[in-house]
Amino acid sequence: MAKSVRVYSTPTCPWCIRVKQFLKDSNIVFEDYDVGTDQVRAEEMIKKTGQMGVPVIDIEGEIIVGFDKEKIKSSLGL
Amino acid sequence: MKIYDLIIIGAGPAGITASVYAARKQMDFLVITQDIGGQAAWSGDIENYTGYQFITGPQLTQKFEEHMRKYNTSLKEKEEVLEIKKSGEIISVKTVKGDYQARAVIIASGKRSRELGVSGEKEFKNKGLTYCATCDGPLFSGKVVAVIGGGNSALDAGLQLVKIAEKVYIINNTPKLNGDAIMRKKLEDSKRVSIFNDTKVTAVLGDKFVNAIKIKRDGTEEIISLQGIFVEIGLIPNADFVKDVERNIQGEIKINAHNQTNLAGIFAAGDVTDVPEKQIIIAAGEGSKACLNIFKYLNSKTFS
Repeated sequence: MAKSVRVYSTPTCPWCIRVKQFLKDSNIVFEDYDVGTDQVRAEEMIKKTGQMGVPVIDIEGEIIVGFDKEKIKSSLGL
Repeated sequence: MKIYDLIIIGAGPAGITASVYAARKQMDFLVITQDIGGQAAWSGDIENYTGYQFITGPQLTQKFEEHMRKYNTSLKEKEEVLEIKKSGEIISVKTVKGDYQARAVIIASGKRSRELGVSGEKEFKNKGLTYCATCDGPLFSGKVVAVIGGGNSALDAGLQLVKIAEKVYIINNTPKLNGDAIMRKKLEDSKRVSIFNDTKVTAVLGDKFVNAIKIKRDGTEEIISLQGIFVEIGLIPNADFVKDVERNIQGEIKINAHNQTNLAGIFAAGDVTDVPEKQIIIAAGEGSKACLNIFKYLNSKTFS
C-alpha cells in the first residue's frame, strides 16, 4: 500500500517545483496544496511545522521541511 | 590517501560546467558541494541563457545536473567544506565528513544572501522572516510585510508583494532607493507602499512568529507591527573556508584571466570570484575556462 504524500507549496518556489518533479519522476502519487491561495492548508502547514518556509512534505505524518532528497527517499523506501 | 587530479567545490553553473569539462578530459576528479544548482536553482524565469529563450531556474538546474551525472561523476552532496590548505604541491580539502587531497582545486562555491545581523533574525528565520520572496511571498497574502533593502532584488521583492500583501514597507538604509527607475516608480506610485529611506533595522520581534520590526530613523526608534520580513540586502561570497587566498574588499576571491588565484593549483570560478558581472552564463563559461587551464597546469608539472 503506497504511503499518502502531501506537498505544501507555492507556485513560484523553485524548491517546490523540484520536489514535485522528483516525486513525479519517482512515480509517487501526491496531493499538492498551494498554500499561497489555500489559507486553511497554509494554517495546517504552519501548525504542523511551526514555521512558514515551503516546501513541506508530509509522508504519512512524517514531516520534512525543504527538498531533503535523502530523507524523502528513505521515508518512501526509494 | 588518494590524490585526485582535481577537486571542484560547488555545483552551481560554474562547478557543474567545470565537472563536464573535467570528465571529458578524463581527469580523476571529485565534486564536493552543499547543493546542486546554487543560486540558479532559486532563480525564477531565465531568458538570457543562450539556447533557451525561456527556461526556469529549476528546469535549467535539472538540465545542468543531468549533464553532470551523464559522466558518472563522483559527487559528494550536502557536504560543507571547512578548510583548504596547500602544502608543497598538494592541496588538502577538509570537510564536515572527511579529508581529501588533490593537485588542483576549483573553488566555485558561489554566493549566499547577506544577513541583517540583528537580534531576532536567526530565531525568526522561516517564521515570518525569509530571504526568498519568490518562495515564501505567496504565504503573506493580505498581510503587512516589510522588505529590507534598496537594490534591484529588494525592489523586485517589493513588486511581487504589492500584488498580494495588504501593506508593504520598504526599509532602506541609504538616502534613496537604488535599482531600476521603472521598478522604483511602480513602488513609489503604489498606495499600499511606504518607503523609509535612511532607516536601519535594529531588531526583529515576535513570539512564535514575527509580529513586529524595530527600526531607527532620524535618531528615534520605532516599532512597526507586521507579519512578514523579506531580507534583500545583497549577497556575500561563500569563501570563509579559504584562508590564504587573496580576496577583494567584497570578500570575493581574486583571480587572473586564467582563473588562477595567488596560490598555484588553486583556481576559482563564478560568483565567488571578482570576475566582472555575475550571470549564469558567465559562471558557466568561467567554470569551463578554469578547468581547461587546470588541464594545462597539470600537464605542465611533474608531481612526485
